Amino acid sequence: MSAAELQPTAADFTKVVVARETHALSRPSLSYWQDAWRCLRRNGRAVFSLWMVIALGLFTVAGPWLWRVDPAAQDVGRISQAPGLPAVARVIAPYVAWPGVTVAELPTAGSAVPSGLRLAEPATTQAVRIAWDAAPGAAGYHVYRNLYDPAPDRALGLPLAEIFDPHRVSFEDRFDLDPVLYWYSVVAVDRDGVETEDYAVLVVEPLLAISADEATARGWLADGGGVNVGDSITPPYHPFGTDYLGRDMLARLMHGARVSLFIGVVAPLLFVFFGIVYGSTAGFAGGRVDQVLMRCADFVVALPFLLFMILFKIAFGIGPGESGVMPMLVALVLLSWPSTARLVRGQILQIRNEGYVGASRLLGARTGYLVFRHMVPNTIGVILVTLTFEVPRVIFIEAFLSFIGMGVAPPTPSWGSMSNEGIKTMLAHPHELLFPAIFISVTVLAFNLLGDGLRDALDVRMRGRE
Amino acid sequence: MATGNDTQRDPLSRAALRQLVVLGVLSVVGFAALLSVLGWASSLTGSGAAALPAIDFATGTITTSIRDEPPNLDSTRMTDSYSIMISAHVIEGLLRYDANANLEPGVAERWDIGTSGATFWLREDAMWSDGKPVTAHDFVFAWRKAVDPATASQYAFILYPVKNGEAINRGELPPEQLAVRAVSDRVLEVEFENPIAYFDKLVAAQTYLPVREDFYLSRQGRYAADADDLLYNGPFRITRWVHGASLRMEKNPTYWNRDAVRLNVVDIAYITRDAVARLNLFQDGRLVDVDYIPGEALDQVLQQRWSVHRYNDGSIWFLQVNHRPGLVTANYHFRRALQLANDPGELVYKVLKTPSYTVAESLFPSFIRGENGLFRQEHPPPTVQTDLVAAREHLELAKRELGIDAFPPLVFLSDDTPAAVTHSEYVQEYMRRNLGLELRIDRQNFRQRLAKQEAGEFDIALYGWSSDYDDPLSFGDLFASWNLNNHGRYNNPALDAQVRIAQQSLDTHVRFAAFAEIQRILIEDAVIIMGYERGVMYVEDPRLKGVARRAQGASTDYTRAYITPDP
Amino acid sequence: MLAFILKRLVQGVITVWFIATATFIAMHAVPGDPLRGERLANERIRANLQARYGLDRPILEQYTIYIGSMVRGDFGISFTQQNRRVNDIIREHFPVSATLGILAIAVATFGGVLWGALTAVYRNRLPDIVIMFLVIIGISVPSFVVAALSQLILVSANSLFGRSLLPVAGWGTVWHMLVPALVLGLSTTAYLTRLMRSSMLEITSADFVRTARAKGLPPTRIFLKHQLRNAILPVITVLGPQIALITTGGFVVELVFSIPGLGRYFVDAVQQLDYTVIMGTTVFYGAFLVSMVIIVDIVYGFVDPRVSLE
Repeated sequence: MSAAELQPTAADFTKVVVARETHALSRPSLSYWQDAWRCLRRNGRAVFSLWMVIALGLFTVAGPWLWRVDPAAQDVGRISQAPGLPAVARVIAPYVAWPGVTVAELPTAGSAVPSGLRLAEPATTQAVRIAWDAAPGAAGYHVYRNLYDPAPDRALGLPLAEIFDPHRVSFEDRFDLDPVLYWYSVVAVDRDGVETEDYAVLVVEPLLAISADEATARGWLADGGGVNVGDSITPPYHPFGTDYLGRDMLARLMHGARVSLFIGVVAPLLFVFFGIVYGSTAGFAGGRVDQVLMRCADFVVALPFLLFMILFKIAFGIGPGESGVMPMLVALVLLSWPSTARLVRGQILQIRNEGYVGASRLLGARTGYLVFRHMVPNTIGVILVTLTFEVPRVIFIEAFLSFIGMGVAPPTPSWGSMSNEGIKTMLAHPHELLFPAIFISVTVLAFNLLGDGLRDALDVRMRGRE
Repeated sequence: MATGNDTQRDPLSRAALRQLVVLGVLSVVGFAALLSVLGWASSLTGSGAAALPAIDFATGTITTSIRDEPPNLDSTRMTDSYSIMISAHVIEGLLRYDANANLEPGVAERWDIGTSGATFWLREDAMWSDGKPVTAHDFVFAWRKAVDPATASQYAFILYPVKNGEAINRGELPPEQLAVRAVSDRVLEVEFENPIAYFDKLVAAQTYLPVREDFYLSRQGRYAADADDLLYNGPFRITRWVHGASLRMEKNPTYWNRDAVRLNVVDIAYITRDAVARLNLFQDGRLVDVDYIPGEALDQVLQQRWSVHRYNDGSIWFLQVNHRPGLVTANYHFRRALQLANDPGELVYKVLKTPSYTVAESLFPSFIRGENGLFRQEHPPPTVQTDLVAAREHLELAKRELGIDAFPPLVFLSDDTPAAVTHSEYVQEYMRRNLGLELRIDRQNFRQRLAKQEAGEFDIALYGWSSDYDDPLSFGDLFASWNLNNHGRYNNPALDAQVRIAQQSLDTHVRFAAFAEIQRILIEDAVIIMGYERGVMYVEDPRLKGVARRAQGASTDYTRAYITPDP
Repeated sequence: MLAFILKRLVQGVITVWFIATATFIAMHAVPGDPLRGERLANERIRANLQARYGLDRPILEQYTIYIGSMVRGDFGISFTQQNRRVNDIIREHFPVSATLGILAIAVATFGGVLWGALTAVYRNRLPDIVIMFLVIIGISVPSFVVAALSQLILVSANSLFGRSLLPVAGWGTVWHMLVPALVLGLSTTAYLTRLMRSSMLEITSADFVRTARAKGLPPTRIFLKHQLRNAILPVITVLGPQIALITTGGFVVELVFSIPGLGRYFVDAVQQLDYTVIMGTTVFYGAFLVSMVIIVDIVYGFVDPRVSLE
């Protein structure tokens, strides 16, 4: 071949046609938030917690519509009832004072233990009437009642009466009678008031009974008419039991949810938002502005929370015995933002020296854009954690304040105050503490899981990494 | 980034784990060190003796508790039951109460009470804890201090029977004019304003206790602030007082009757209102007794199979109404409606759940002694039957008289103790359901509740009253118009007249007739709404005996108590 | 460094002054005469008490007296317990609350940092799940329930073993402090664990860690010097306020365990409007918090080299 033949000519060149696209969009383009939503949906726990939050919302808002029981109505005959099945009560005649049993002659021989301890008439929860035969040498009697068998260690139980007259050989018990087993003990007492060692015991289970008038007064009957002595009626059913004044637990939980959740959700939202704005301003500005802003934050934290709560309460014109929900909210917001502000400021301080911030600024970004487009999303994780922790903290603060009379006033319930009341009877009636505590825990759990899921979905640095 | 399974093999994670373990051990060690340092530091200040068991036979110590810090151990100003209980152990007056609530000699060996005055002869060996003798001058100084208006003592009125007492307290005379004088170191003479039948009972009250002048002045306003700011002439003395935490009383070697005191130390190691905590301590063997057990805690007591006892602490609880003119509650028909609607039986039997509470039928409690037997039997109070229909009628009458269409919300002042909480919420709902009245509960702690009552800042208040001395007049004069404890300012000249008769007559028959009349007026004029007579439930270690629990004087008295290994 | 500390101290003093002034204004803005009128039937008595507490002077003069006494460290006499000085009250009861608080913070910090780091290392595996479950319980159960339950457990344990393992209530020895400190520090521990965890997770995925590993640095050094040290920063940030919160918020624990701390006194004082105690305690707490914050900032400056102490 000659050199001339090896020279390329125009004919040797053809234009390359790019026939296929190397880079095509296979799916529609997603925004930041749409992507986050998809990420959230895939997270099983987060979805579950979202449903829980919705369920709680329904419980709070729609609950009182469906379960129309007055949370303040006291059913004093059924105090501290555990949750259980509906009971049945017998209608009986109204209460008439009992003259009791007296004997004219006292025996002189026989054992010192009162014999013949018996029920004078069938026992009902209206009254239990017991009688016995006089014991020789007795100058009086003591009557006890226990929920457990006194034997073998002579644990007689609650002292119900001291009878000083040896001729009186009966006792009527009207004290706090429930349809459970009781052990009544009667002991003879000598002239110096010393009891004998042996005692007579009787096991009694009163029948749940009520008179027609009382049933109407307590709200067990719709109106007074229509029932005769001997009929059976069904008292109002309390699926979650009752509290120490006989109020329905379920109704109280529903109404309590309104207070607790309202404060527990609204207050954190407000003060966290404020804290973000404040903290990012301080962190980004730096220098003297930062110092001054942070000193103001310190000053706010040092203010005594309780004291300002009272101040707001009075400023709002709330008198004693009225519920102070708005003052509590305002005080909470005004006093709780500094920790979020500090946290955000710390994060901003870390972030603002990163490369992309400098680059963005070189490109001409304004401060606001930098803060809200770059810095804040990078702090979302920490902020969300803070938020999900503020909800239970605020609910607890509200409980404490209600307890010392600075929050909700009786009879308005809140989960926190119900827990406080439930502690006193924790051993004997655990359900009074258990239910509000469980509701608080469930709420907290739901918000935490939701916060977790949100953080995973929203945090830019976590995205794309599994 | 390494995922789950890889962490096992990832050297970074293994190293991390090792690091964490090392750090963990270091922090536990560090924490233990911190704990020891702080523990050593706090044992210098704290109540280290709390580690003792309830009864220590070797040292003759018992450990007990009280429910609240005594606010004021200055006898000229003290008002509350805790301060009275403590001071009854450490300071002795002219007379004292024995285990059966009878009077016996204290600092006074013998006494003579006449119609116009009284004379007391003090014993030779009554000593203060610094070795100086107790003299009549100490009583003169204390009584003058109590009536001095500058002291602002709420119990100044209890010295009014002494001549010029009332005038001095009103600022009309100087304190030196109080008709009590020390004839000599050992003889005290008192002149009465009017003849009085019960002066010996009065003298046992806490405001009549002695205070030594030079010691008081040497404290420069800090008298009774701490353990060394007090002088003791009683069976015990306070050796350590950590405010709000503990108070330790040890046997007083200078007490004239020290041989009758059988315990060496009464250590109040816990000051807390939490009944469950106290019962837990009792169960743990750290407390020798627990009193004021609330109704809810009784189930725990039964479960533990402890012996539970009760005693009457002599207090009566009722709803006090504000009688100041212009208020809704001052209207008779309104009060009568409340009275007719009231059903204390339901409250006591069903709601309060404490078997030691009994229904109150009158301001004079059921245990008050009459001329020969019980006052209740000799002069039964008029009965009030619960009648809701009549109550509502009276409400309508009240509305018409007041010229209003509906009643405004009323402020209901109450304590924050569990019993008061239950009682107040029950009353609130009861009044709402049966009378359509709205009550707003103003829940305060003890001191604040008293302050608000004294200032009259209430419409209805839950109030408990117990006698200051062993005479029915202590209940009878509660609603006299000059008594500052009449917080509702009830003003009835007929009642005042009866109180004067009871104060000044020496004839027992006349006096009890006056009391009966007072009782009748209080019920028929619906001055108060009855509640209950409080009994106290308590548990006690069976090895402790001789503790006096009574309605007069200190409610719990350990001065004659003793411990025995065999219960 | 020295200039920084001095500057912060000066700022701290100004903050404390702000707090004192705000408290003074607040106390005098609250209606409610601390000397309840009715029981002092006599004008003379009322005048006496007013003079004693200086309430009869014009407000600006009262303020000057107040600030003057604060500077001298004299907080006056308690209104309700008229023979006790506020200084004495603080002096007797603050060390108790502080001891409890220090222990609680120590528990919370050690526990929180270590547990949080552990969960981050074992992310999504068993230790993580278990710890996070406990954390959730720790923050969702209210403090009074935890306190009451723990006392109950102690009592049961004591009776089970037949002798007293740990005291159930009270104060004075090392053993009295253990359980209350744990209970008090529980919610903070849970909070710090969580914070540490999220912080560690962010750090671990950060670029500089990858770089360090790629460089072949020893794993120990990476963990300690890079991961832990950076992850700890948010924890340190919140420590300052948390310390004060724990110290002041120990009211419930103090009540249940019968501990003679300042929290109980403070709440009582607020309810009774005991002016001098409130003002004295507030200023004292304020000064305490400010010093805590300064210390934390200094520590933060040492730990995080990126933050220059201007």
